[in-house]
Amino acid sequence: MTALLETRGVWQRFGGLVANSDVSISVGRGEIVGLIGPNGAGKSTLFNLIAGVLPPTQGSIWFDGEDVTNMPAAERCQRGVGRTFQVVKSFETMTVIDNVIVGALVRNTVMREARRKAHEVLEFTGLAARAEVLASDLVPAEKRRLEVARALATEPKLLLLDEVLTGLTPTEAQTGVALVRKVRDAGITVLMVEHVMEIVMPLVDRAIVLDLGKVLVEGNPTEVVRDPKVISAYLGDRHAVGA
Amino acid sequence: MDKTFAARRRRDLIIAAVLAALAALAPLLIKDVYVQNILILTLMYAALSQSWNILSGYCGQISLGHALYFGIGAYTTELLFTKFGVLPWFGMLAGGVIAAVIAMGLGYPFFRLRGHYFVIATIVIAEIGLLLFQNWEWAGAAMGITIPVRGDSWLKFQFMRSKLPYFYFALALCSLAWFVTWWLEDSKWGFWWRAVKDNPEAAESLGVVVFNSKMGAAAVSAFLVAVGGAFYAQFLAYIDPESVMGFQFSLLMALPAVLGGIGTLWGPVLGAAILIPMTELTRSYIGGSGRGVDLIVYGALIVLISLALPQGLVSLFSRTKAKGATR
Repeated sequence: MTALLETRGVWQRFGGLVANSDVSISVGRGEIVGLIGPNGAGKSTLFNLIAGVLPPTQGSIWFDGEDVTNMPAAERCQRGVGRTFQVVKSFETMTVIDNVIVGALVRNTVMREARRKAHEVLEFTGLAARAEVLASDLVPAEKRRLEVARALATEPKLLLLDEVLTGLTPTEAQTGVALVRKVRDAGITVLMVEHVMEIVMPLVDRAIVLDLGKVLVEGNPTEVVRDPKVISAYLGDRHAVGA
Repeated sequence: MDKTFAARRRRDLIIAAVLAALAALAPLLIKDVYVQNILILTLMYAALSQSWNILSGYCGQISLGHALYFGIGAYTTELLFTKFGVLPWFGMLAGGVIAAVIAMGLGYPFFRLRGHYFVIATIVIAEIGLLLFQNWEWAGAAMGITIPVRGDSWLKFQFMRSKLPYFYFALALCSLAWFVTWWLEDSKWGFWWRAVKDNPEAAESLGVVVFNSKMGAAAVSAFLVAVGGAFYAQFLAYIDPESVMGFQFSLLMALPAVLGGIGTLWGPVLGAAILIPMTELTRSYIGGSGRGVDLIVYGALIVLISLALPQGLVSLFSRTKAKGATR
């Protein structure tokens, strides 16, 4: 079976800056894959290329056996790519349920069905009690959760999570981890960008480490964290020698 | 929760029906032509503001150039009537369609602009439209068009003896604009528009084609405003560029919605019900002889309300209710 998502030799340049160089990764169906790396490694850029915010300078992106390289974000969402934003982008003047209905409308054209789907997703994500609250009145952890709920309402095959666990308290992060597991158990493939290693590593099936725009290491999370190249990328060469 | 939502929608519909019925009875009590005139203008501006609110309130694309569509509705109707003998009812529809097409044609380049730049573009385009009509000989140029009197008839939508038919048409138009908004509010388009207003990037990631959403809002909004323009032309029985396409119309469409509550179902009606009579009354009682006191009072009230209630007057009703429901 082919991978659900594949990037083939993707390059992204912003003027003289090379954010991604020759990145080829693949995500299989049903996997939770972590995309990690130090600040400025090109994680967010790659993430945006996959979500369709902009097309890559070079290379191609394949989703579900189809070349989606130049497909705009809205169309990718219809094909089954859901995403969250690192800096939350809630619809602030709308209630929580209305936020989620926007996502649910992708696959439900009848309002009543979209509303029912949205309620279902709120139950699933533990936001049901906050349905009628304005998104602007949510606390940060709830806003992150709403991002996930909204994306889930589009019934994606692939869910792209951009630092949903970053900046949360340990308890909040644990609830977040449980939610991601639940999403995967519902049959949705997850690709998540994170830089808090201790949270992501136990969660993901596979980790891809980016550094300076390139894939540095890829593999089983326990091996990846011991890899000298990864340690030196995160902490500098001095620490890698001892390892 | 679904129940309260459905109940809220039903309650809005019932209130609107009751208000419309009461308004329909008003002329039985109010025989004064001057007051009737104010009522007609109030209903018309409520309808226009409600239509403006679809693009600028719900979808968040602030237009200060809607006078263009108003004028197009007026001119299409009267040009077709005076030059080709087409009944105003067909002219009204044609005006609406032409305005909607022009709105989408203009949206094509301008919906790429954001925020203030979009607003500026709408003002400029409406001014260009005004200049074109002022110089278009065939359309009467600055002299305008006088609508020939053919006697009172619904067929020609022309009444000299009584203002009541105009009143009922304005009421019907206002009800229509309100109902269209009510209906769109709980539709895919309504949700898309609010999402586009709040955060276009997030909307796009949820499968909303932002550009098409804006185009749809522009078309509906322009269509209804042009129908209002056609009505106004028949009501005045005379049009010239300044009196149907002047900048003041763009303002008078935006202000009631802003005052009442932009992007809300009831805001435009509430705003128009306060603003339009006040404009007329201050003008006749304390205005006159060019002192401009009416404008000072008028301006002061708008400043006061925008400072005290930035969400508009409807927030007086909804804010407490929302708190009670959630906390």
